[in-house]
Amino acid sequence: MIKIFKYSFSDLMRSRWSFIYLGFYMLLGFVLLFLNNDLSKGIITLMNVIVVLTPMIGTIFGVMYFYNSREFTELLLAQPVKRSVIFLGQYLGISISLAMSLIIGLGIPFLVYGVFRSGEIFNFLLLLIAGGFLTFIFVAISVCIALFNANKIKGFGYAILMWLFFAVIYDGLVLLSMMVFADYPLDDFALLVSFLNPIDLSRIMILLKLDISALLGYTGALFQRFFGTNLGFVMSWLMLVIWTCVPVLLMVRIANKKNF
Amino acid sequence: MRAERKVCQDCEYSNPVQAVKEALPGDTILVAAGSYKCPGLEITKPLVLIGELGATLDGDNQNYVLRLLADSIVISGFSIINSGKSYTKDFAAIYAHGTSGVQILYNHIDNSFFGILVEKSNGGVIRGNTVSGTARQENQAGNGVHLWHCNHMQIENNEVFGMRDGIYLEFVDESDAIKNYTHHNVRYGLHFMFSNHDAYIDNTFESNGAGVAVMFSKWIRMENNRFINNWGTASYGLLLKEIYDGEVLNNLFEQNTLGIYVDGSSRVNYKGNTLRQNGWAIKVSGGCYTNAFTSNNFIGNSFDISYNSKMNDNTFNGNFWSEYTGYDLDRDGNGDVPYRPVKLFSYIVNRTPETIVLLRSLFVDLINFSEKVSPAFTPDDLVDQTPSMKKFQ
Repeated sequence: MIKIFKYSFSDLMRSRWSFIYLGFYMLLGFVLLFLNNDLSKGIITLMNVIVVLTPMIGTIFGVMYFYNSREFTELLLAQPVKRSVIFLGQYLGISISLAMSLIIGLGIPFLVYGVFRSGEIFNFLLLLIAGGFLTFIFVAISVCIALFNANKIKGFGYAILMWLFFAVIYDGLVLLSMMVFADYPLDDFALLVSFLNPIDLSRIMILLKLDISALLGYTGALFQRFFGTNLGFVMSWLMLVIWTCVPVLLMVRIANKKNF
Repeated sequence: MRAERKVCQDCEYSNPVQAVKEALPGDTILVAAGSYKCPGLEITKPLVLIGELGATLDGDNQNYVLRLLADSIVISGFSIINSGKSYTKDFAAIYAHGTSGVQILYNHIDNSFFGILVEKSNGGVIRGNTVSGTARQENQAGNGVHLWHCNHMQIENNEVFGMRDGIYLEFVDESDAIKNYTHHNVRYGLHFMFSNHDAYIDNTFESNGAGVAVMFSKWIRMENNRFINNWGTASYGLLLKEIYDGEVLNNLFEQNTLGIYVDGSSRVNYKGNTLRQNGWAIKVSGGCYTNAFTSNNFIGNSFDISYNSKMNDNTFNGNFWSEYTGYDLDRDGNGDVPYRPVKLFSYIVNRTPETIVLLRSLFVDLINFSEKVSPAFTPDDLVDQTPSMKKFQ
């Protein structure tokens, strides 16, 4: 598996997309910090970008890479290697290279601006970890979609739709249902729905750690109480781990059964 | 004739209690450096008490420290510590009742229940005092400067921190609070009720538990004050509740959860204020009629204006909005496209507070944008027809 991971990883490195992605984040980090020179504000703006962008890039890269390397995959399948090993190796290759681009790309500008000397270091780390998780989750889901659909156009369509659903449509549905059921107590509902979407979960986890959480008012206080406890903390990270593991397991299962 | 009496370890008097007792009206008592125990020292004749640097009056944690019960008393330059604490009595470091023309100047008050408590007095001056405490809970602390049923008072250049309310005025008319600095108090920096015809000028209110609350008052002028960093879930820069015919001019509101919370206030003019980086810049709720917002700066607030109803009787004209994206073709300094300061999301949050969990999600940005393009939900007439292109200085 390590060997296949290495192949995929170096393949992505050679294609330079990882570097372009890294360069983009580096530029973003520098520009943000240059413009407002305040680490805390920079982190808030960055959060907006990360919770939307990392899933999108993960999705597109995942599908694209899988369709592109289909021939290589088929070649590997002819070798005496376990299928799960092949797909896990490729999956790790994509997601680790993307996550590394994110972490290094944002890490450098924030290091230059002295994140270690400020109290924001934990918020920043939280942001990076959440971004990393989102990458792993969305790459896994998109590879699943690609495995399901041999037709590239269909696969791409579904993948984009999936991203759109988690990033936009889901929130729209939540908003709608909250307005419709405004007469009922909604706090637990709000907590539950934000748990079921990895993008919302990461957004809220980061928001609650920042100053801006004061804007969340009563509902925010309820969230704070939940996420502030050990149970809430463990639960929210566990949820992200589950969100990563389920698509990965699904991917392995499909790969094992699929007729290539 | 007026005499000067000295108090020190080996002077004529070794304790201010004795000196006050024997002094004649109009005398001056000079207190040298040193610590003097004088719990509940009552002054019933017009005297001038001057403390030299380091003169400390100690209330021994059991009573008021100074009780001023006559007109024209001057208390200046003392360090006053350790008044009693009580849940039934308002023990204070300096307490004045039924006086006229009392002057409380340049004292340092520490570790006291109330700092300066003035009741039923007029024409007094409270200037240059520092009141500090280590209050943690509202019910276990008193206020820094507390005036009740007074008029024509001057409160200037005082600093209050670590108390319950910084400055509290109740039934105080025709008085001025100028250049005071209240910060890190448990509850409000400034709190006044039923106080009419007052002016608040050049004060700074910073990092107080719940900001500044002003209620049930008429003809108030608030000018050049700074409301900074009152940040918390139940905190605001300035709460105006049932305020009529007031003026809020040239103030700065920076980094408050809620810049100005207007509740049931009418005929108030807001002009030349700068609201920067607040959660909500202005939140309007209840019946607020004919308020005018002109020439204010709204810069980088999460929400500029929030309304809880579709009805609007207030005017917003010629303000600078940092989120304004229009253009000015005729170069008259005002944007040609009207600006709608109420975002759809702030309207939704007002209706269903729980939806705030969607703050900063992509969907919210999208609906805000579409509402901006074609308004459907936010009040139709809540528009700035002449948004300024340039920030007011």
